[in-house]
Amino acid sequence: MTKYIIKRFLGMIPTLFVIITLAFIIMRLAPGGPFDQERQVSDLVKANLEAKYHLDESMPKQFIRYLSGIVRGDFGPSFKYSDHDVAFFIFTSLPHSLLLGTIALLLATFMGVFVGIIAALNQNTWIDYSAMSLAVIGISVPLFVVGPVLMLIFAMKLQWLPTSGWITGRDGWVTLLMPVLTLSFPYFANIARLSRSSVLDVIRSDYVRTAKAKGLSQTVIILKHVLKGAMLPIVSYLGPAFSGIITGSVVVEKIFRIPGLGNFFVQSSLNRDYTMIMGVIIVYSTILILMNFLVDIIYSFLDPRISYR
Amino acid sequence: MKKALSFLLILALASTAVFANGQQGDGAMAKEPVEFSLINGAEPESLDPHLIQGVPEHRIYESLFEGLVGYSWEDASPVPGVAESWEASNEGTTYTFKIRKDVMWSDGVAITAHTVVDSWLRMLDPATAGPYVWFPAMFIKGANDFNSGEAGPEAVQIRAIDDMTFQMDLVGPLPYVIGALAHYSFGIVPMHAIEKYGNEWTSPENFVGNGPFVLEEWVPQDKITAVPNPNYWEAEVVQLDRVIYLPVEDLNTAHNMFLNGEVDWDTNVPLDQIENVKVRDDYWATPYLGTYYYVFQNEVAPFDNPNVRKALAMGFNRQNLVDKITKAGQLPAFSMVPNMAGYPAIQDDNEDIAEAKKLLAEAGYPGGEGFPKFEILYNTSESHKKIAEYIQHEWKKNLGIDVELNNQEWKTYLSNRNQGNFQVARAGWIGDYQDPNTFLDMFVTGGGMNGGKYSNANYDAAITEAATMEAGPARMKKLVEAETYFIKEDQSVMPIYYYVALNMIDMEKWGGFNHNVLDTHPTKDIYLK
Repeated sequence: MTKYIIKRFLGMIPTLFVIITLAFIIMRLAPGGPFDQERQVSDLVKANLEAKYHLDESMPKQFIRYLSGIVRGDFGPSFKYSDHDVAFFIFTSLPHSLLLGTIALLLATFMGVFVGIIAALNQNTWIDYSAMSLAVIGISVPLFVVGPVLMLIFAMKLQWLPTSGWITGRDGWVTLLMPVLTLSFPYFANIARLSRSSVLDVIRSDYVRTAKAKGLSQTVIILKHVLKGAMLPIVSYLGPAFSGIITGSVVVEKIFRIPGLGNFFVQSSLNRDYTMIMGVIIVYSTILILMNFLVDIIYSFLDPRISYR
Repeated sequence: MKKALSFLLILALASTAVFANGQQGDGAMAKEPVEFSLINGAEPESLDPHLIQGVPEHRIYESLFEGLVGYSWEDASPVPGVAESWEASNEGTTYTFKIRKDVMWSDGVAITAHTVVDSWLRMLDPATAGPYVWFPAMFIKGANDFNSGEAGPEAVQIRAIDDMTFQMDLVGPLPYVIGALAHYSFGIVPMHAIEKYGNEWTSPENFVGNGPFVLEEWVPQDKITAVPNPNYWEAEVVQLDRVIYLPVEDLNTAHNMFLNGEVDWDTNVPLDQIENVKVRDDYWATPYLGTYYYVFQNEVAPFDNPNVRKALAMGFNRQNLVDKITKAGQLPAFSMVPNMAGYPAIQDDNEDIAEAKKLLAEAGYPGGEGFPKFEILYNTSESHKKIAEYIQHEWKKNLGIDVELNNQEWKTYLSNRNQGNFQVARAGWIGDYQDPNTFLDMFVTGGGMNGGKYSNANYDAAITEAATMEAGPARMKKLVEAETYFIKEDQSVMPIYYYVALNMIDMEKWGGFNHNVLDTHPTKDIYLK
C-alpha cells in the first residue's frame, strides 16, 4: 500500500511536466502578445519591455529559465500586474476559491446524497419525480443564469441579501449564501442522480436482503449497509468535481465579485500574461492530480474488493 | 426510516443555522465617517504612475498622487498642483514652474524641483519600460533620445534651477502642454520609497504618495481603500473620510449594486439597461472626448481608392445607429475630432446614398457589382457586434455590398489591427487632453494608431507645422487643414459616433462632482451634501 502511494505520488511529476510544457508552447503560439496595446508602443519601448521580461531570449532558454524558477518555487513577475509577483496573486486569491469551492461541494454532496436516497426509497412516486426534475434543472441551467436570477430575487426584490461581495467586505459571511447556492446547484444535481441510482442498485443486492432478513431496522440498514456501498460512485465523482468546482467558479466569482483565482485564470489568458496563466495552470492541475490521487486512496478503504500492488 | 430522516433533517437545519449566525454578525456598525464607494472596472494593473495606462488606474492615481498640475473637478481644465504657478518663455517652448513650499510626501519627506527631475527621468528611462512613455516623450525636448537609448539622461531638457524652481524645454510651442501635465505619465513619484522597496513600494504598508488621499488597503480583485493624507498641502479641503474603489467588471452586477444602494458611483451602464434608467435622475449621459470609428486598410484594393472609402462612409445612417443601437445619446460623427473650443467639427452630415452609389460606380463597382468580399474586424463585445451588424445590413441595402463580420478577442484583434491585417476594422480613441492634436497626430505616416497605413505628405506636413505654432486661430486653422486632408479628401477612416460618458450618481447627495468631457472626477473635491 505504502509502495503504491509513493509510486502514484512520484507519477504526478511527469504529468505536471507535460502540462507545463504544453501550456508554455500553446501560450506562445496564441496570436498577439502581452505588450499589444491600443496605441502601439514604439519598437524601442517594446524591445525594452521584452528585455525586462526576457522575451528577447530564445524559446528553449525562456522555458529552462521558467522551469528552474518553478523548481525554486518562483512563479516569476506578472506581465500585467507589475506591482507584485504571480505567487502573491495566487496565494492571496486561491484561499477564497478554495473556501467557496469546499463549502459549495460539501453542501452539494450532503444535499445531493440526501435527496438521492429519498428519491430512491420513494422510487416512481411524486417525490422521486420532483427530486429528479430538480436535478435535471440543475444540470441544464447554466450558472450565469442561476446567479443573476438568485441576485434578482434575494437582493433586488426581497432585499434580504447584498447583491455581491465577499466575506472580507462589510457584509461578512452572509455574502457566501448566493455564490455557494449557485455554484453547488449543478453538483448537487449530479450527486442526487448518482446516489439515487446507486442506492437503487445496492438496495437490491444480496447483502442488503440478508440484513433485512436478520430483522435489522430500516434506519440501520440504510446508514450502515446501503450508504456505504452507495458512496463508492460518489467518492469517485468527488475528486474531479472538487477540481472542477475550483476551476469552474470563474462565472460565479465574476457575478458575485469574489476575489478568487478564477478571474485571473480567464483574464490572464486574455491579457497574454504568460507567467500568470502558467502559474494558475500549475495550481489548477496540481489540485486536479492531487484530488484524483486522494480518491484512489480513499477508494481502497471503502471498497475491500480493491487491492493495490 | 423516520429516525434516519429526522437525523438528516437536523443536520440540514444545523448547517443553515451556521449561515444564519454569520448573517447577524455585522449588524450594528457605526456609520459615522463619510465613505464614498465607486465601481472602478478592471483590477488595476499597478498603482505606480509610470507603469499604468487605463481608466481604472487613472481614477486611483487622482486620489493618491498629484503632478505639477491637477484636473479641475468642474471642466477638467488644469489647476495648480505641486506647482503653484508657471510661466512660458522662449516663444512658448520653455516653461518654468514654481514649486509649492509646503508640498511633501505622505511620510513627511519634502518634494522639491529635484524630485520632479528624478521622477521624470525615471519615467523616461528605457529600463522603466513604461507603457505610456510615448506621451511625455512627445513633449519634452531630448526625451525621445533618452528613451530610445540614443543618449543618456543628460539629453533630457528638464532641470531644477533651485529647490523650488523647475524648468523644462519643449520640442515646440505646444499650447496644450499644461493640460497634458495632469496626466499620470507626468506623475511625480517617491524615489526614496522606490529605492527602498523596489516594485513592492505600492503595497499599503510601504506606500508613499503625495495626493489628497493615501493608500489604506489593497485586496486584489476585492477593493482598494484610501483615507485622507494629513500631509497633503490642501488637506483642509478634503472632505471624504474614505474612498473605496471596487474592481467590478460585470456591468450587470455593478448596476444592481448601484440600484440597491451598495455603491455611490457607478461608472458605466449595461447596454440593455439604458432604456430603463433614462427616466432616473441619477443617470447621466454626457459628451465624452472620444470618437468611435472604422479604419480602412488604405494600401489594399479596393480600399486604396478614396472614392470607395467615401462611398462606404456616406452609405449608412448614423442617426439611426445611435438612436436604435447605442441608445445612450451618442452623437453621429462625420469628422475625427469632436467639437472643441476654437475647433468646430470640420464636417456636417454628409450621408448621401445617391452620391455614394455614384462614387462606387465611378470606382468600377456599379450597384456594388464585383465588389470583392471583405470583413469588418472588431474586438469581441456585444455592442461592437450590434454596430457591425447594423452597418453590414445598411451597406447591403444601400450599396449592394456584401461584408462579413470577424470578431476576435482583444489581444488578437490589437495585434492584427496594429499590423494592418484587416480590410475594415473597428477602433475608438479617447482624447488624452483637450486639443485636436490628440486625435490627429497618431495618424501621421508610421504613427502609433495608424494600422490603416494612411500616408499623405500634406497631412504629415500640416501636423508637423502645427506642432511648431503658438496657440491661436492660425494653429487651429492648420489643424483643420490637416483634418481636411485626412477626412474630407482621403476619408482614411470613417467616423461613426462621438462617445458619451455614462455615469450613475445621486447629485442631490454628492457635491463637487461635475460632468466634463474628460469624464474625470477628482475625489479631492467630492463631498456629502
